[in-house]
Amino acid sequence: MAKKTLLNAKDIHIILHRLACQLIENHNDFSNTVLIGLQPRGVFLAKRLVDILKKDYNISNIKLGQLDITFYRDDFRRRTEPLEASNTEIDFIVEDKKVVFIDDVLFSGRSIRSALTAIQSFGRPESIELLVLVDRRFSRHLPIQPDYKGRQVDVINSEKVIVSWLENDKKDAVYISDN
Amino acid sequence: MKQLSVDHLLGIKNLKRQDIDLIFETANHFKEVINRPIKKVPSLRDITIANLFFENSTRTKLSFELAEKRLSADIINFSASQSSVKKGETLIDTVNNILSMKVDIVVMRHPNVGAGVFLSKHVDAKIINAGDGAHEHPTQALLDSYSIKEKLGTVKGKKVVIIGDILHSRVALSNIFALKLQGATVKVCGPTTLIPKHISSLGVSVETNLKKALEWCDVANVLRVQHERMDIKYFPSVREYTQLFGINKELLDSIGKEIVIMHPGPINRGVEITSDVADSSQSIILNQVENGVAIRMAVIYLLAQQIKK
Repeated sequence: MAKKTLLNAKDIHIILHRLACQLIENHNDFSNTVLIGLQPRGVFLAKRLVDILKKDYNISNIKLGQLDITFYRDDFRRRTEPLEASNTEIDFIVEDKKVVFIDDVLFSGRSIRSALTAIQSFGRPESIELLVLVDRRFSRHLPIQPDYKGRQVDVINSEKVIVSWLENDKKDAVYISDN
Repeated sequence: MKQLSVDHLLGIKNLKRQDIDLIFETANHFKEVINRPIKKVPSLRDITIANLFFENSTRTKLSFELAEKRLSADIINFSASQSSVKKGETLIDTVNNILSMKVDIVVMRHPNVGAGVFLSKHVDAKIINAGDGAHEHPTQALLDSYSIKEKLGTVKGKKVVIIGDILHSRVALSNIFALKLQGATVKVCGPTTLIPKHISSLGVSVETNLKKALEWCDVANVLRVQHERMDIKYFPSVREYTQLFGINKELLDSIGKEIVIMHPGPINRGVEITSDVADSSQSIILNQVENGVAIRMAVIYLLAQQIKK
């Protein structure tokens, strides 16, 4: 399995700070905004961003939740591998809030489609935006595009984009592997 | 493990320890779902489920129906009292007729032992046993264990006494299998006439003194006296049963520790349990009902996952 590095720890550090600043530009003090990390891998990115917003930009009171989309997927019974659910934790009101979905890689857009359905179970948000670390261009199955993106890449469908996080995978990095 | 080791839920006896863990883990997620403002997920929107109740049921039927609706399945309901069964139709004919309407899962309660197993061999659908005679009632046992785990943190090592009519109880048998599988110690307590002769072969002990049983246990699962299944007199009078095996506040206060009280319902208030006990903070009877929906959602979801497109 050949693996090449797309982003190293320093690149990720810069990108996360840029994304944090872009969020501040649009959401000021986050008083009417909630951040939702998509399970399982989007949660690491969401927590990282919240850390930066709190420590480096002194924004307290950020509401962060995590959303699992397993029961909303459109490929139930169509896969060979069984699906495995993760926890959902949204202990605040979503109704009339500006929601920002946070995920690591945007590929077909189907997970985001499921998340759009799932979040409705918690109320009707004022708006929903999407933040991703890596946007795989030209691979969308649905008309879904990110509002904030770390890096856009062109990779063929058989290639995989792997995001590794220090707290979970010992290292901050993004790789492209050909399998 | 992410998949059940069985193709149908016919009894706890067929399950492995990992199956129970998987069902509980999945139920945790569904318990969160049913506490949302909108308590519904679209997972099973292309699945049709038939609820066949050849015997009366209130809460099990409601609980299954609600679980199915929360998963967005289509449902058809059937009760024996309003059907062609009375006109002499056989079980297989009834079910095959229903299956021709393209049903994927059958939830069945039947007065005969082994009805679910029989059906699973003859029809092409997932079968969930919702109680077969005095044999098994697997979803009840699962929700009972789940409720114990929720209350006490674990089932392993806990001492559970099942009190009452063990002889006619499918809840008792399924509970014994489920509790033993998870490493609990189980005792049964009731009039000797209502305790099966060879019950000790299942690895449970017998106690006929209620106070001693309560002093020993962490959890007391109190069963209903099933008057409708008693063809002969098993005890002289209901009053005598209540005096010897009924649980009341004074008795609980006298044992000097707080135990968890469970009851699968429906309760005969004042017979096997008094109202002040059933409605006390020690009782988790209503938690059992709430957990029942989450457990049934988990079982249905996991079995539906095996049905390929």
